[in-house]
Amino acid sequence: MTALDHGLGLGPVMVAAGCGGTGRELASYCGPGGLDGLDFVTRSITLDPRAGGPGPRIEEVPGGLVNAVGLPNPGLEHFLATELPWLVRAGVRVIVSIAGATMGEYADLARRLSRAPGVAGLEVNVGAPDDAGAGLFEVREPYHSASVISAVRREFPVDRPVLAKLRPDVSRIVEGARSCHEAGASAVVVGNAVPAAFRDGRSGGLSGPAVAPVALRCVAEVARVLPELPVIGCGGVHDLRSANAYLDAGATGVQVGTALLHDPTTVARLRVALAPHTSPNEETR
Amino acid sequence: MTDVPGVQGPVHVEAEVVATRRIGGYRHLTLTAPGVPERFRAGNFVAVTVAGHVARRALWVHRVRASSSFGPTLDVVVEARGSGTEWIAAQPVGARVALTGPLGRPFALPKDAVSCLLVGEGYAAAPLFPLAERLRERGCAVSLLVSAPDEARLLAALEARRSARSVTVLTADGSVGVRGTVAEHVDDLLARSEADVVYAAGPTPVLRAAAGAAERAGAWSQVAVEVPAPCGTGLCHGCPLPVVGEDGVERVVRACADGPVVRGDRVRWDSL
Repeated sequence: MTALDHGLGLGPVMVAAGCGGTGRELASYCGPGGLDGLDFVTRSITLDPRAGGPGPRIEEVPGGLVNAVGLPNPGLEHFLATELPWLVRAGVRVIVSIAGATMGEYADLARRLSRAPGVAGLEVNVGAPDDAGAGLFEVREPYHSASVISAVRREFPVDRPVLAKLRPDVSRIVEGARSCHEAGASAVVVGNAVPAAFRDGRSGGLSGPAVAPVALRCVAEVARVLPELPVIGCGGVHDLRSANAYLDAGATGVQVGTALLHDPTTVARLRVALAPHTSPNEETR
Repeated sequence: MTDVPGVQGPVHVEAEVVATRRIGGYRHLTLTAPGVPERFRAGNFVAVTVAGHVARRALWVHRVRASSSFGPTLDVVVEARGSGTEWIAAQPVGARVALTGPLGRPFALPKDAVSCLLVGEGYAAAPLFPLAERLRERGCAVSLLVSAPDEARLLAALEARRSARSVTVLTADGSVGVRGTVAEHVDDLLARSEADVVYAAGPTPVLRAAAGAAERAGAWSQVAVEVPAPCGTGLCHGCPLPVVGEDGVERVVRACADGPVVRGDRVRWDSL
């Protein structure tokens, strides 16, 4: 097992974007310490408020969920005025996920967030399963994500991390990760929900244990080809075993997403299990 | 709502089935769930983990006992409608399930001893029964309207006679009580009961009819909406509820965390 330090100033276990509500809802499930020290990626924040898509937004399938939630969020102003200060007061290490329709929007978001007290880092959502359908900047080629990352990096202080969250597409992931790295990403999060469809044919993304083998393959490829780039594994992490699979494949950390919808205590348990003072090898094998 | 976790917030615990009964078309499970009955307020719900499923199942709480030979317990009502609810309904005595609760915003209780009309249909009428007990404790005159497609899906109207001044039973097929729907009878019943507050729980058409009747009569209404909640805890944003805020601005809130109980006049029924 490698040392769980990606040099990002962040812990090895984070709450994945869009699976932690506003953050407050997790407080009841984090034990006596509450949210203090939790590495929390917010749901994607956009410049303007978004109501999100119509229901049903989530459909259960064997081993996972198909979702098309539509990035509901109160918009940057409201987030900065209410949610962010609350999270910072609670001791949460806040990584703000950002999403935009244009590179200009990503740059605006990064600039405004760089001045907000308590933002530990940014995660750039450049791999949404249905970006065009959701009205986001469409990422088809690695240079698309790279150009977004450089626009964000220019506006955000170099001493704070910018994570690129990528789609777990095995045939393109190494190229995509390399482009983001060269554009200034501090780390890549691999991956996002896998493009999928609801039973009625609507576009969505598949998440949960079903996607873990796909994301794991992607993480392994990136870690092998780009050993200098920290990789955070995301997809189907729900216990120590599934987290260790990513760490063994070369990830420097993991994000917990869909598992929180199944058991909201998952992230608290994994934080204890992967805390630096314990030896994961002894605890879990 | 408080920001401080503790006795106010929900807990995630291992619940144990201590009794299971089939009553008509529903399965009633009595569960021990340490900390949940103590925190429960009428209108709260619980989320149960189903083996082999990622999403959870939200269940209404029909009854809470502060003490029994098993300690504090809660009763949930399950209508087996798919593989998840079938699994829950099939759990035998002694089975253990992961349960989170109590979840959501409960019914707000009136400060004064006003007259209240409670309107419910099917298994989703469950939260009205603990509500009726609380209202009676406060000296409120409670009228109850329970409705169902047929007798098998009529929820425990007999038990409610203890806490309600009057009970009206409606079935769509006329198998018991008066034949008809809530929409056909609620205005009349509201006028007769002279209620100041209408509480409703059930499918959307019932809630809408109750909220509409309340508005016409100048009464307050609170409705417990039932939108499928994949997590139940407010984390996934998968249960959109279109509302109009106090400020007149249209919003989409989470039925599980910002509801399930909301003011009837705040719901944008046409968008639901």
